Amino acid sequence: MVCQQCHKRKANVHYTQIINGKKVEMYLCTQCAAEDGAMSFNPQLSLVNMLWGFPGFGDSAGYAQFKQPEILRCNVCGMAFDDFRKGGKLGCASCYSVFRDNLIPILRRLHGSAEHTGEMPERTPDVKKADEGGQPAEAVGLSDKIDRLKAELSSAIESENYERAAELRDRIRSLESSGNVNGGAV
Amino acid sequence: MSKEGSRPALGHEVAISSRVRLARNLEAYPFTTRMSRLQGAEILEKVREALLDDAGLSGYEFSYLEMQSLKPLDRQLLVEKHLISPEFAEGNAGRAAIISKDGRISVMVNEEDHLRLQCIYSGMQLEEAWKLCGSLGSNLDKKLGFAFDKSYGYLTCCPTNIGTGIRASVMLHLPALSMTGYIKGVLETCGKIGVAVRGLYGENSEAEGNMFQISNQVTLGQTEEEIIAGISNITQQISEQEKMLRIELYRQNPVRFEDKIYRSLGLLRSARLITSEESLKLISDVRLGMIMGLLQGMELEDLNELTLMIRPAYLQKTYGEQLKPDERDQKRAELIRKKLNERIH
Repeated sequence: MVCQQCHKRKANVHYTQIINGKKVEMYLCTQCAAEDGAMSFNPQLSLVNMLWGFPGFGDSAGYAQFKQPEILRCNVCGMAFDDFRKGGKLGCASCYSVFRDNLIPILRRLHGSAEHTGEMPERTPDVKKADEGGQPAEAVGLSDKIDRLKAELSSAIESENYERAAELRDRIRSLESSGNVNGGAV
Repeated sequence: MSKEGSRPALGHEVAISSRVRLARNLEAYPFTTRMSRLQGAEILEKVREALLDDAGLSGYEFSYLEMQSLKPLDRQLLVEKHLISPEFAEGNAGRAAIISKDGRISVMVNEEDHLRLQCIYSGMQLEEAWKLCGSLGSNLDKKLGFAFDKSYGYLTCCPTNIGTGIRASVMLHLPALSMTGYIKGVLETCGKIGVAVRGLYGENSEAEGNMFQISNQVTLGQTEEEIIAGISNITQQISEQEKMLRIELYRQNPVRFEDKIYRSLGLLRSARLITSEESLKLISDVRLGMIMGLLQGMELEDLNELTLMIRPAYLQKTYGEQLKPDERDQKRAELIRKKLNERIH
């Protein structure tokens, strides 16, 4: 597709703007987008920004859009997702659960995968054995995770973000069935 | 061409050293980005205790080095020996390195992650390095409890290290590939398959003396064994290309080849002032000459040692004083003349 502004260069920025509830979509080349101020270029390209910057990345409409970064904050260490976007470093182990949905695309881009297949600590119960016997520590961690997801789900429904709500619902279902929480009575 | 008797074992012709490092964090503490001074000190104490009484490591004797109480020169020396990272050497409070006396094991505490465990072996011995590092990691995990998530694996401060937390790297000496420019193709190929190529001192450092560090970038979604095998495989292939190219270069023009090597040896033997960079470049030629069987009388290990001895911090430690760059160049030239004139012919 050719840039809708200069009609010369290849459009590589899909730019969506919502003004007074009206959606305006533009396909621009990088130069026009920059000149237009459609995108605010961050001169200090951090790793995360670069990863996020791939067109068609995740389900974002274009370069400059992020999934609700302003309200995402880790409740354990206080790290905001925005801090991570700037510095590329997380604050604690819980950040990985809190920012999970935003991190998964980044991990895929970095590693081509978001699933660990390597060694596990000996103390960690094997996933496959989870339903053979009680794993209290695991179950608590899992139900915490599910509770958190459920809270996210209600806020997604409140903000009418149904696509995300559907994602969360599926995640919760899969976690509930895999983890056999509450003795399987889900 | 090379003498059978002196043929180096373990792929020493091309591979200088093999390293494996694991990034780990204690689950009970926030990452270094969010931890307090006090928490940093607690982590230090726990790691120190865990390492110093590890039954599985009884064969190793460790030194405990607090960065803040080391002189800048001593910290620099550890960097030159590849025992700590340049970033770690900045000497912030709450950082310490626990290093085995033989330098095989090095644990940086409170670098980017709470722990960076490193095992280093000479030549092409990546699997040995992984075995030691892996068992060190699981022993410490039992005592310290590392942050781990079933789907993400070991959790690290930066998502580039998550999962296995492993970085497997091999240092390769690639004079023929560099000389001919074929190295460019090698670098490009490596980039495409997710393998990083760096210089002698890791990130952002230049490939001085034709030394290249080949390491994995992907840490998630592959097993440790797959990562080790992948890096072993690619370094093996690069080494084979390098060796073939060395022979081909010699075959095409033996006089030119020998001329280059003897000129470099001549310079090293005669110079009165020499920079670290120039020495590394010339030593690279001498190393090549030794492996091709053109030069005799010195072991590769001695040459490796010399490569380290001419580094700024090492040199200043040897001469026991702070030297200005000019004085360093003079001492360096002296040292090289002494080492090479005695032995090599």
